[in-house]
Amino acid sequence: MKTVNQKAWFFVLPVLLLVAFNALVPIMTVVNYSVQETFGNNQFFWEGLGWFQQLLRSERFHAALGRQFLFTGMILAIEIPLGIVIALSMPKKGFWVPVCLVLMALPMLIPWNVVGSMWNIFTLPGIGLMGYFLNEVLGIPYDMTQQPIAAWITIIVMDVWHWTSLVVLLCYAGLVSIPDAYYQAAKIDGASPWKVFRYIQLPKMRTVLTIAVLLRFMDSFNIYTEPFTLTGGGPGNSTTLLSIDLVKIALGQFDLGPAAAMSLIYFAITLFVSWLFYTLMTRDDQR
Amino acid sequence: MQKRHLIPLVYILFLLLPIYWLVAMSFKTTNEILSGFSLFPQTFTLANYRTIFTDPTWYWGYINSILYVSLNTVISVVVALPAAYAFSRYRFLGDKHLFFWLLTNRMAPAAVFALPFFQLYSAVGLFDTHIAVALAHCLFNIPLAVWILEGFMGGVPKELDETAYVDGYSFPRFFTTIFLPTIKAGVGVTAFFCFMFSWVELLLAKTLTAVYAKPIAATMTKTASSAGYELGLLAAAGTLTIIPGAIVIWFVRNYIAKGFALGRV
Repeated sequence: MKTVNQKAWFFVLPVLLLVAFNALVPIMTVVNYSVQETFGNNQFFWEGLGWFQQLLRSERFHAALGRQFLFTGMILAIEIPLGIVIALSMPKKGFWVPVCLVLMALPMLIPWNVVGSMWNIFTLPGIGLMGYFLNEVLGIPYDMTQQPIAAWITIIVMDVWHWTSLVVLLCYAGLVSIPDAYYQAAKIDGASPWKVFRYIQLPKMRTVLTIAVLLRFMDSFNIYTEPFTLTGGGPGNSTTLLSIDLVKIALGQFDLGPAAAMSLIYFAITLFVSWLFYTLMTRDDQR
Repeated sequence: MQKRHLIPLVYILFLLLPIYWLVAMSFKTTNEILSGFSLFPQTFTLANYRTIFTDPTWYWGYINSILYVSLNTVISVVVALPAAYAFSRYRFLGDKHLFFWLLTNRMAPAAVFALPFFQLYSAVGLFDTHIAVALAHCLFNIPLAVWILEGFMGGVPKELDETAYVDGYSFPRFFTTIFLPTIKAGVGVTAFFCFMFSWVELLLAKTLTAVYAKPIAATMTKTASSAGYELGLLAAAGTLTIIPGAIVIWFVRNYIAKGFALGRV
């Protein structure tokens, strides 16, 4: 049992101050912009909820939001099952385990813009390994600067390459914490591998899977640097995800009001979906 | 070797292919890269690396990045330690709300904050300093650090604290000489994650710097646009950005798996 101690606030205070400095001032700036119109020269005019109404009706926003959900949905549908399968087939102990883990974690430690440019040169038709192999050896026409479908496949493969290891590491951590006695008991009962997975391994991975889904959702929903350096949002607007569109509006066109309104709606959606995932995945715990 | 072990093997090969390509390109001349396809460097050259290690704009990029990443890791872990202790040991007014609010900052898209951050740090006179980037990265690293550390501390029985008080330890002495060594694996894993997320982030780091604290990643994007397309040089710079992360992960390799399992939601 935890004891009630209001003095614990002093322990939390430094964290509170640092995060609040970084979070509250910028978010209030954004709120401030979202209800005003500016023509430069630091002159602002009250706009009310105009930007929000305009944005919620705008087709450009709907399209970007749709692409964002498609991207996040697809990478979750690939990375989560794939991560579970790889974690299940990893050896439990031995010399190779740390080596495997280090190699797997490698993509996560590469700066995001390097990830983008690295996949860019990897997939260039003619001179990149993947581009050359697909075009010249297999004879599949592939050029992500021309074909929207190729661009989509590339950003999804890139994200799978970049982040599946996070799911693997999390699931693997959940798996090694299962005592051997559980498996022996299952063996005596003659449980099939599927039953072992369903009734022993999956429940034990539940907490780490919740973390994995939440982290992957938040990070893929906020993704900016990698797809921007890889495709620049193109060809056309086909891979312009929410963040890319937002930066285009805010810094490219300098429309601060609409960009701020979009930021707030964007943040609200992320919060809501994260909360939804969290409640759904931890629902059974409370029963 | 069992048949199912092939799955991680194939996966690791898939992970290493693009990395191999980057490393291979860093040893090629830009002419060779652009002239056509070759699986191995035909004219092996170290010129790209030589440029990076002799040109100050290049190697200062690395020094700047390492400086603000280290600063951020230290700040995040140091302030997160007492907070995580408070969350794992005590109940206090608004504790659950505060914890959730901290986590929501992990969800804020960096793109949303880029412009306000620029204004905020310009206003307090910290623009283009290492400390500005280090503080800005605290936004997402402190919540993560508190989250992971709280999980580790929750695994330490409360009796340890009580015994120490009975033995006459003051709180600071207990915390530094008994409690910290007990959770040193947790501190290592936390530091690793802070290092990782600060090292790979570019958008905020680029927004908050101009000349003196410019990160290596920004130097790379600038070169890509100004000096034509020096692919060999870019590949060499990219290869070098993998190394610090690889070194750090080698140190915590035995704790990585455990660190995740103990950190709970």
